[in-house]
Amino acid sequence: MDSFYDMKAWELLGLIAGGEVKAAEVLDSVLDRMERVEERVHSYITPTPEEARAAADAADRAAAGGGAGKAAGIPMAVKDVLCTRGVRTTCGSRMLEGYVPVYDATVVERLRGEGLVMVGKANMDEFAMGSSTENSAFGPTRNPWDLERVPGGSSGGSAAAVAAGEAIWALGSDTGGSIRQPASFCGLVGMKPTYGLVSRYGLVAFASSLDQVGPITRDVKDCALLLSLLAGHDPMDSTSLDAAVPDYLAAMEGDIRGIRVGVPRELMQEGLTDGVRKAVEGCLDLFARLGAEVEEATLPNLDYALSAYYIIAPAEASSNLARFDGVRYGLRVKGADDMIEMYGRTRAAGFGPEVKRRIMLGTYALSAGYYEAYYGQAQKVRTLIVRDFQDAFERFDILVSPTSPTPAFGLGERTEDLLAMYLSDVCTIPVNLAGIPAISIPCGLEDGLPLGLQIMGKVLGEATVLRAARAMEEALSFKARPGAEKGVGA
Amino acid sequence: MSEYEAVIGLEIHAELKTLSKMFCCCDASFGGEPNSRTCPVCLGLPGVLPVLNRRAVELATRLALALQCEIAPHSIFHRKNYFYPDMPKNFQISQYDLPLGVGGHLDLEMEEAAVRVGITRVHLEEDTGKTVHVGESGRIHGSEYSLEDFNRAGVPLLEIVTEPDIRTPGHARAFLQELKSIMEHLEISDCKMEEGSLRCDANISLRKRGGTQFGVKAEVKNMNSFRALYRALDYEIKRQNEVLSQGGEVVQETRHWDADANVTTPLRTKEYAFDYRYFPEPDLVPLELERSFIDEVRAGLPELPAERRRRFREDYGLPEHDAALLTSSKAMGDFFESAVEAGADPKAASNWMMGELSAHLNAQSMEIGEVLVAPAQLAEMIALVDGGVISGKIAKAVFEEMLESGRDPGDIVREKGITQISDEEELARLIEEAIRENPASVEDYRKGKEKALGFLVGQVMRKTKGRANPQVVNDLLRKSLES
Repeated sequence: MDSFYDMKAWELLGLIAGGEVKAAEVLDSVLDRMERVEERVHSYITPTPEEARAAADAADRAAAGGGAGKAAGIPMAVKDVLCTRGVRTTCGSRMLEGYVPVYDATVVERLRGEGLVMVGKANMDEFAMGSSTENSAFGPTRNPWDLERVPGGSSGGSAAAVAAGEAIWALGSDTGGSIRQPASFCGLVGMKPTYGLVSRYGLVAFASSLDQVGPITRDVKDCALLLSLLAGHDPMDSTSLDAAVPDYLAAMEGDIRGIRVGVPRELMQEGLTDGVRKAVEGCLDLFARLGAEVEEATLPNLDYALSAYYIIAPAEASSNLARFDGVRYGLRVKGADDMIEMYGRTRAAGFGPEVKRRIMLGTYALSAGYYEAYYGQAQKVRTLIVRDFQDAFERFDILVSPTSPTPAFGLGERTEDLLAMYLSDVCTIPVNLAGIPAISIPCGLEDGLPLGLQIMGKVLGEATVLRAARAMEEALSFKARPGAEKGVGA
Repeated sequence: MSEYEAVIGLEIHAELKTLSKMFCCCDASFGGEPNSRTCPVCLGLPGVLPVLNRRAVELATRLALALQCEIAPHSIFHRKNYFYPDMPKNFQISQYDLPLGVGGHLDLEMEEAAVRVGITRVHLEEDTGKTVHVGESGRIHGSEYSLEDFNRAGVPLLEIVTEPDIRTPGHARAFLQELKSIMEHLEISDCKMEEGSLRCDANISLRKRGGTQFGVKAEVKNMNSFRALYRALDYEIKRQNEVLSQGGEVVQETRHWDADANVTTPLRTKEYAFDYRYFPEPDLVPLELERSFIDEVRAGLPELPAERRRRFREDYGLPEHDAALLTSSKAMGDFFESAVEAGADPKAASNWMMGELSAHLNAQSMEIGEVLVAPAQLAEMIALVDGGVISGKIAKAVFEEMLESGRDPGDIVREKGITQISDEEELARLIEEAIRENPASVEDYRKGKEKALGFLVGQVMRKTKGRANPQVVNDLLRKSLES
């Protein structure tokens, strides 16, 4: 059987449109690959091969009539935080173990309109809270490059699926780095769009003011292609921007001569491994060789980003997750004598330790007497960070940094050291606080593990970010694949 | 007179009369099979987001302007967090420190004096669902289980908070009545207390008469009618008076009005006060109201009850009492004006409405909107009386029949043959008969006993089965006797 599972979406779309390959064959290849590696990687909470089969057949019929959609026939992993009508959506939680949504998230609905072939709902940290996918109630996902390491998180299942050949591309969600960090750990491209560019309707909320849906793909071109299918105003989301969506595929092409590249000093400080530092510095040299102007930048308030994030995100989460109470849907622990006890028992059994920790943190931060000192203060810091970025983008077209200070860490390595876990998002979190777009592209290896370069742009600056990413991708020519010794092999 | 005076502030909730709910497209009207008017958004399913109903903002702005509030050009929504099963998200989207309207007032024309009640704020929020506790008590304690109906969840709700400017239960009731009438005139709410579309809570404390310091207050809930509001406050004043007179202290607490037992009972004390953990709702953008929008709403404001009362007095020459009653609800005023427009004499129409019509509404517990008689039919009936076709006495019977059946007065009169006898020849014949049959009375009258005339008129009326005009009979009879 051909290794279609290893190809890019844009390549497959061309083959399917040209009648050279059938969507059904592509799906066979991916399902066959799933059968071989899923047991070891555990990318999925709920595989959906039957639905995928029907969708692939429909894509072939549409292709025969010349009317196939822009995602038709491309097997996709969908993070289990996005509502899918008729397919259970667990958010990686016991709380929603048997929960089947009655509606599709807007992004899912849009992709269905373009011939979506969903092969499964991808594993994730419970309610997207985590950086390793170890917080899933359904067991951890392993990194296809090294099965003893984490794939990153919280969109670890989505990234692992694409890296392992169990999907061609994937949807993730990113609240503090949950698309970019796993993309970095798994040698993939991952993008968090500008806040409001992609609809959040049907994305089960973690932190509403930070959450965005975005693509996880094998190259920048696929990223641009998928983003163009996701972006655009949604009347169901009040925070959705009503801006024209550029042609990202066209905008992505072209050189980056004269582009001004800033390197925030605050994101190149201690905690970076040698490999990460060298890889990023190598990228800076390449940027210069491509004709870009590279300079150090200073965004002084980024030092407080992590602290502000761990107030704001849990505060919003404590409110967003209040609805999981056992009254209307999801888990209800029976046998309670009264309502309060039912709430307590249900939430005690339904939520894992990290979710409980953040609910408590957030509840505390919003409590009377503490609000100003915590939530109020964090919002002020957030405003300062937004200004730092605005100032920086007066001088620079893009900012670059490592995506993560380290390559993928070992399973269980940081589960006892929460601060170390939280620090793995130190470079990605400021982007969410500022609401700007950022992409992670593979930029090298350290001890055989992929590393990521983060490229940040101004609000709605996706086209510039993609163009810089595309140029760097070409210059880097990163061709490494998971090895067969520690990982799943190609 | 007690040494204490009451200090009362009201908090009123009114459901807005929008077609759809506050943040989704579901039908916002009252009733429906339980949970039939719901969708993922108002059920708070995972992943849903709110989208603000523009019409709700418009209706809220109407009231805020009518109450002379300042309209905030920039206001935001907060989340009010607390767990209760009738609230699908376990938080309520509400306005907090930046409400839509602030600093207004409402003037009451009380008999003793004009009273100005300050309006602290007018804000928008979403309503909750309804819990039905199944069990003997009907309340949560001791119930076997509870059922939730989310039809009401997400219906737009206006909250109106007054300054503590009210001093008597009577004024509190008058305020609520006037506010209700204003909202009816603005056509923003059904204001049906029995359906819960208008609800009122009160904060009440006592202080030494003439003092400026507020006493410790109690919050009274569950007052489901004007009468309940009055009686609950009256009870609370007596209760707090008793506590204070005996040297005790009023406890800050929430109390429940029990309309059956006529008492308030403690619900929860301050120690159990909720911490709502308000924070700005991140799923909504700030509400920015353009000057032009506010001006447009202002320009579209209809006539309000106070203005209408003035007009009823001046244009129709109605006494204050009539004008007040006829503007106590928009529907009453509309009925009256339609009747006048159809040709009815204003005072006559007012008399019928305040008398027979109101009595009928009270007896049947009906709203004027449900009454079978149309304003034009009332006008027609008044015309029959004025034209001498029927007497006032017959008119009462005819009106009763109209209220029962909704038929035209002309039809009723024709069918029953109760047209007033205006044929003088026929009357003259009956008068002759009466004179013949009652010689003693005739003799009495001629001796100067005026009373005898009344008896003879009565005899004639009996012969006509009440269908003669008594005044005409009186005149003709006198003429006959004196000729």
